[in-house]
Amino acid sequence: MQALVIVAHGSHLNPDSSAPTYDHADTVREVGAFDEVRTGFWKEEPSIREVLRTVEADEVYVVPLFISEGYFTEQVIPRELRLEGWDVADWDSDGLSASHVTLSATDVPEKTIHYCGPVGTHAAMTDVLVRRAETVTGDPNVGEGFGLAVVGHGTERNENSAKAIEYHADRIREMDRFDEVQALYMDEEPEVDDVTDYFESEDVVVVPLFIADGFHTQEDIPEDMGLTDDYRTGYDVPTEVDGHRIWYAGAVGTEGLMADVVLERAADAGADIGNTLEVVRERTRKTPQEAN
Amino acid sequence: MGHHLDALVDAAATGDGISLDGFTVSRSDDGFRLETPESTLNGLTEGGLREALADYDDYATNWYFWSEVVGESSPQRRAFLRWVEGASVDAGGDDGGDADDTENDGDAPSVPERYDDLRDGVCREWGQLLVTVTVDDHGERSYELRHADEVDADRDELDPYRESLAARQLATYDEKGRYRPLKTGNNLAGGWVFPDLDAHDLVETVETFYPASVPNWYRERRGELDVAHWADAIGRQTGMYSVVKTWNRGDGHEHVNWVAEACCDDSQCVKRREWQYDDDTDLDVDGGDGAFPCREPCSVVIAASRKWTRLEGEETQTYEFELTPSEKEQVEDIIEAVADDRTDAIREADVYEGANRYRARFLRAKLFDDEGNLGGVPTDASDDE
Repeated sequence: MQALVIVAHGSHLNPDSSAPTYDHADTVREVGAFDEVRTGFWKEEPSIREVLRTVEADEVYVVPLFISEGYFTEQVIPRELRLEGWDVADWDSDGLSASHVTLSATDVPEKTIHYCGPVGTHAAMTDVLVRRAETVTGDPNVGEGFGLAVVGHGTERNENSAKAIEYHADRIREMDRFDEVQALYMDEEPEVDDVTDYFESEDVVVVPLFIADGFHTQEDIPEDMGLTDDYRTGYDVPTEVDGHRIWYAGAVGTEGLMADVVLERAADAGADIGNTLEVVRERTRKTPQEAN
Repeated sequence: MGHHLDALVDAAATGDGISLDGFTVSRSDDGFRLETPESTLNGLTEGGLREALADYDDYATNWYFWSEVVGESSPQRRAFLRWVEGASVDAGGDDGGDADDTENDGDAPSVPERYDDLRDGVCREWGQLLVTVTVDDHGERSYELRHADEVDADRDELDPYRESLAARQLATYDEKGRYRPLKTGNNLAGGWVFPDLDAHDLVETVETFYPASVPNWYRERRGELDVAHWADAIGRQTGMYSVVKTWNRGDGHEHVNWVAEACCDDSQCVKRREWQYDDDTDLDVDGGDGAFPCREPCSVVIAASRKWTRLEGEETQTYEFELTPSEKEQVEDIIEAVADDRTDAIREADVYEGANRYRARFLRAKLFDDEGNLGGVPTDASDDE
């Protein structure tokens, strides 16, 4: 038997924080890729400390629903899971390349724990950003005539956070699908406040590389970009700002295709997921299919 | 209904036979031997055994349910389900009888007694949940789950749910629509019922309402609960929570008593607090009577303690302003009402309540200056210009 455990931050204040975790867990559960799918949280329950004891299967794939490698993936989660012999060097990562390690956990010594890198740095995440642009514009072929901005925190707290933003922006640029692609940040240059300065395209899709909607994605960024003076009054999609139409997508982590990245992480670590990747890619699509 | 008999006869003919809850069937050279606390039959042919089992159908379906339906794949699920219906928790288990369940084993009812109870329905409370298990004429169990406060509610008046994961949404908001940050908070909303869950889905649903409650309860029964006391739990915090370590200043544990009284009281959380100050020092406040244990300070306690660590780092000051005796009592009333989450229950025109809105507004109008300072006295002396 194999189990998937998705671990995420969660919140004491905001139910939207854990909502994407539950949604993606449900998607994976429905396609039957694992005998069991469980969730664990830093701020909700079961806590990461106790999640492994809720699992029956003996092969356990733990996928952190986090954007970048850093404090949570390297210190908090391994400590709380009680991974035996955890050493971040075993990930042998440049800040983007953590895939998985296989260890045991003192909490459930009879089980094998495959601890995976965060979803945010997986190559498949690039496709989720593009899918998010399709969803928010309602156009499965969105690209021509459009600019795309990928927005992150910046390096203030974690240099790997900016690395993940750059990585995906570069990959989308290489697709040659959007007229322009730009990485923007909340607390450093180039700043998301000045989004219209960085694009010539009239239409710009703005996708924050965040796991869940919350203070930053629902309040800060819309106000900073000038979509609204007060987030409580909402904003249109698209909103016209300085002669550009801004298609603001909200947190990429709420996109259904995120379940694909979770599955990919587990598959990279050796999980047998059959053909479920294809099923998930189709089921989570919200825009009409191309005729051909 | 005969498949349980086929399975039973097959199992009885294999190896040492079967044994569960005082019911034993085995095969020797003389034929089958059937034993219950009431009687023993020897030398039965297979046909004779089947005939005899007709008189012991409760035993037979009981064996089938626990051996074939529930099975042994999850000892904690099995233990919980047996506890729910009042069966001895470790009978037929694989844990060598080292569990601490003598209180249960000693007075566990016989299978016929238990079945009599099950036909009427056996209830168990688990936090604010009420589980009712019933057995039908085929020995199949059905589990109903509802809010314990609605024990007497007509089932038709409750919203029915079938999927275990529906519990997730039911657990997210309290009666007033506010987000519940703590799944085991003593503020689960009612109005719902899972009328007919099978054994597996019952445990899934219970675990969705109260994550990890069953495994922790199970570990505790086995004497294996890994309690992390306050000192251990804050000792492992890093990052923004590492500051909580500085709250322990080697001068007693009164501050942790206050934390436990504030957060962990039965009125706030349905878990039974088993963690103490440290290995050698128990807290002075009661851990509560919850059905399942709390093994360490939860994230809500840690986050609140981070705030208290900062607040409690302040030195006291003497402020001088005057209150009438009734005003002093009113301040106390307001603190009591907020602490007990009672403000919504105080009627708008009930000016006899100190925490009444008009009474509070009057106090503010009279005693606050334009900056919101009580008695017109600035909080910091340096603001006094």
